[in-house]
Amino acid sequence: MCGAPAQDTDLPTGTDLARDTVLAGRVLADGEPVGGAFVRLLDSSGEFTAEVVSSASGDFRFFAAPGSWTVRALSRIGNGETSVQAGGPGLHHTEVAVG
Amino acid sequence: MSRQDALVTADWAEENLEAPGVVFVEVDEDTSAYDGGHIPGAVKLDWKSDLQDQVVRDFVDRASFEKLLSEKGISNDDTVVLYGGNNNWFAAYAYWYFKLYGHDKVQLLDGGRKKWELDGRTLTTDETSRQQTSYQAKEPDNSIRAFRQETIDAIGNKNLVDVRSPDEFSGKIIAPAHLPQEQAQRPGHIPGALNVPWSKAANEDGTFRSDDELGTLYGGAGLDGSKSTIAYCRIGERSSHTWFVLHELLGHSDVKNYDGSWTEYGSLVGVPIELGAKS
Repeated sequence: MCGAPAQDTDLPTGTDLARDTVLAGRVLADGEPVGGAFVRLLDSSGEFTAEVVSSASGDFRFFAAPGSWTVRALSRIGNGETSVQAGGPGLHHTEVAVG
Repeated sequence: MSRQDALVTADWAEENLEAPGVVFVEVDEDTSAYDGGHIPGAVKLDWKSDLQDQVVRDFVDRASFEKLLSEKGISNDDTVVLYGGNNNWFAAYAYWYFKLYGHDKVQLLDGGRKKWELDGRTLTTDETSRQQTSYQAKEPDNSIRAFRQETIDAIGNKNLVDVRSPDEFSGKIIAPAHLPQEQAQRPGHIPGALNVPWSKAANEDGTFRSDDELGTLYGGAGLDGSKSTIAYCRIGERSSHTWFVLHELLGHSDVKNYDGSWTEYGSLVGVPIELGAKS
């Protein structure tokens, strides 16, 4: 499996939030969810780490490591980015506005 | 081989959707992408169910590849234009695979599905029907495929290019950051491997960087152009992307893709493994 699994809000079986660092969130334009956006996870030096496509409800999710991350979204209606601080394992929520 | 031979632009593709002798083929792991809308006239290949043997961990054999392409309506004379999601990872894998079975007229759509979608170009759910052919494949060309012993023997002798992310290379994680962690028994990388993540070869929209930028990228990372090269990742699809860059765009002569990659190497007993970032 190397493709993106379904980006719904339910975490896959086997996810252990005491161990895993999960970054999850939504892509929004004027408060409305944007599906089909290309969501890129960039590390603290701005280097690409991973990319997923947001679900119809605008949701996305990454399994990462603790640290400082940038989440950047590309969509037909525009691009946007936001930073996320993941201090440790657990579920870290964020929102990315595009337009 | 050069960029003009190996790549087509989205503009060219749009103008040649109905050109005789040109077949567009979408390759994804997630076939719901194709079913939800594909380039008009394109046929679908499923990376896992169509291109992988369902019992042995290997490719489908020559006869199965012939049957698959015949059923898809692809003939030996057709120019096959491959595209897909994930920045063309699986399309690049299929490109390498078509070359392995001797199909010379194969090209990648620069930017794949991502650029096509971001440009707002047409996608359709119309079913594609093509007449069955009698496709003839050649014997596999293993001059572009590396196996495990050859990869072990390459330590200290050839360029080994690990195209995974820095955290996978250093051993911090075993799978890409958008997936649950799974697979190889041990983290790390092959000793002496360079770490040039596949993503450095691509622009944000999924298109390939210019030849000058690519030459600087690999030269700067210490790739010795006078030596043979083996590229690997986790399961061989991201390294197909880098194989495509080195062999097809930059024209390096002896470049192989180790499709066993880290899931095989990192599970072998007794082979050398290095941990940590590149010093």
